[in-house]
Amino acid sequence: MGATFVGMPPFPEAAHAALADTQLRTNLRHATHTIRDKRARVVEEVEDWEALRVKGARIKDDMLARLDTHLVTLEESLTARGATVHWARDAAEACAIVAEIAKAHHVDEVVKVKSMATQEIELNEALAVHGIAAWETDLAELIVQLGDDLPSHILVPAIHRNRAEIREIFRTRMAAAGRPAPDDLTDDPAALAGAARLHLREKFLRARVAISGANFAIAETGTLVVVESEGNGRMCLTLPEVLISVVGIEKVLPRFADLDTFLQLLPRSSTGERMNPYTSMWSGVTPGDGPQEVHVVLLDNGRTTVLADEVGRQALRCIRCSACLNVCPVYERTGGHAYGSVYPGPIGAILNPLMRGVGHDKQIDSLPYASSLCGRCLEVCPVMIDIPEILVHLRAKVVDAHRDGAPGAQDLAMRATSFLFSDPSRMSLAVKAAGVANRVMTPFGKRTLPGGRRALGRLPGPGAGWSDARDLPMPPRTSFRAWWKATDGGRNEPPVVGPRHTGGAG
Amino acid sequence: MRVALMLTCINDTLFPDTGTAVVRLLRRLGVDVDFPEGQTCCAQPMVNTGYLDEAVPVVRQFVDAFDGYDAIVVPSGSCAGCVRHQHGLVARRSGDPALEAAVARTGPRTHELTEFLVDVLGVEDVGAYFPHRVTYHPTCHSLRMLGVGDRPTRLLRAVKGLRLVELPAAEECCGFGGTFALKNAETSVAMGSDKVRHARDTGAEVLVAGDNSCLLHLGGILSREQTGMRVMHLAEILAQTEAD
Repeated sequence: MGATFVGMPPFPEAAHAALADTQLRTNLRHATHTIRDKRARVVEEVEDWEALRVKGARIKDDMLARLDTHLVTLEESLTARGATVHWARDAAEACAIVAEIAKAHHVDEVVKVKSMATQEIELNEALAVHGIAAWETDLAELIVQLGDDLPSHILVPAIHRNRAEIREIFRTRMAAAGRPAPDDLTDDPAALAGAARLHLREKFLRARVAISGANFAIAETGTLVVVESEGNGRMCLTLPEVLISVVGIEKVLPRFADLDTFLQLLPRSSTGERMNPYTSMWSGVTPGDGPQEVHVVLLDNGRTTVLADEVGRQALRCIRCSACLNVCPVYERTGGHAYGSVYPGPIGAILNPLMRGVGHDKQIDSLPYASSLCGRCLEVCPVMIDIPEILVHLRAKVVDAHRDGAPGAQDLAMRATSFLFSDPSRMSLAVKAAGVANRVMTPFGKRTLPGGRRALGRLPGPGAGWSDARDLPMPPRTSFRAWWKATDGGRNEPPVVGPRHTGGAG
Repeated sequence: MRVALMLTCINDTLFPDTGTAVVRLLRRLGVDVDFPEGQTCCAQPMVNTGYLDEAVPVVRQFVDAFDGYDAIVVPSGSCAGCVRHQHGLVARRSGDPALEAAVARTGPRTHELTEFLVDVLGVEDVGAYFPHRVTYHPTCHSLRMLGVGDRPTRLLRAVKGLRLVELPAAEECCGFGGTFALKNAETSVAMGSDKVRHARDTGAEVLVAGDNSCLLHLGGILSREQTGMRVMHLAEILAQTEAD
């Protein structure tokens, strides 16, 4: 459990290693395309999908507008049903609360349901300091934990691993954590799952304390909801004596009836299933049935900062489905580790800067730029978070945060571009300069683009980022505006298209 | 109807043939298009890199040049998208109510070229002739920001002699992304290489799109890989006739 995202380099550097890893690229392409296609099929069969998305977004927005009231209602409902509610401002407070409860029960281990909130606060590492082992029981989380690895996807944290790699991790690492993998373990998915079942079963039966997150927390009834696929969650939520759930404050839904919308949106967007195999709901303590001591830790950890951001607050609608990761062309090629956080992909590129703030960390400041703004994330988001809009908003916040410092190369380039484009006479001079450049550079334009136009090959200095893998067409001798002026908009000369004039586009 | 051509800075300086093609095409369709010489750039390079203060004078220049026209035609989905969906953000940043009011007028009058042809002029067959096998890449902003849908392919299918072959994974981004192409050059090229591979798989002679910025990137990769496949802006195909 030593792996950590602390000290990760900015996105372009982190992506460099990932892009060179052909095994990773193959694993990612296969996995993201499989889930993406499954999602597309099950979404297509829902006639009113767009209306469902609108409804989901509206319920979340209404909830966020009165979050304070709903949270107090949730606390009252939970308390009335026998649960103990704790409030945590940040990761340290939340981890301390969980550790105190575990220590009060004198345990040296807990079992865990897959939970993004506990990953976010690095709960496992915090419990280890107190001598408490936190066992992940979700299959993919188990693979990551045994491999001393980092999660790279919200739903499928071991998406970067293929089955041969998983077999190797099980064979070499399982024994140190409990029941070893069978000697004859193959990389057949059923055999791998079988080994994980046997390994985990003894932990389910032994553990006295379980830790979970929650997909939804219903204020009206004090009901927590966990949606999962493997049944490990059901084991953790029902077998131990004590259950501690760490829940981000944005997970609250006002009414039980609101679940109707989200239980349609989430499984189809997430795993690409019509309905997930296991949906567990519990409301406080039920005497004689399930955990007899139930704690709920309501976690802020930057969420109220996001709420205060008028553009960014829509990110709090997120239900952690990961549909945006599976369609993202950047994520598909770099994988999740490059984002340097438990929240990777497009949603991570906005959540991390929103929750942790910009202007103080180069890695965080690089995230809003880790996107071509292609818009596929918005297209699939079940709660219609306009991720491209938030990315642009955050880029402006990053630039604004550095305005008082010494200007860098990009600042100067953008100021120069702005100066140039604020006055057409300046632009005319610049395009004339491009024409001069054509005359000066023509001897150096040794390459010819298909269609006949001359091109520049490798460029020095800052142009190298472009020209390492891409030719650049030679600027034409005459700009359009010069042609327009000289020919009175082509009235004095029939406009000519195609290669005869300047050598064709591109 | 007073119609203005908003050519875009990249076409003006690097791809003037796209501009002359639009002029020729629109005149052929009976539109006396004007080129307001006060125009410079839509300000997208600044907006999408986070430089909103720097974008303000550029947007001001845009409305100075174009306010008063009934229609503004842009041969770029990305630049049209910026005018329609991002100028409001820049105007709000300026704190100038007059600029906000101006962009509220120019935004809705701005049309990407295929939108203008199909929706405003109501034509699909523009009388073009292009006897080649082509494949079409729908650029992200035209597709997802503007929602041009199948307008470009309807126009292409009506071109005499043209054989349109479907591009696999057509709706995937090419990886250009403005300053993304420089700031995350390696990821950008990885995306572009996949797009180019799909385009070559079609066996088409020409890769067509409605944005020369994306084609600058893809054409650069195609050229470096010495594929022999060329890129062309949609307007240049629609402008060609049997008389050429």
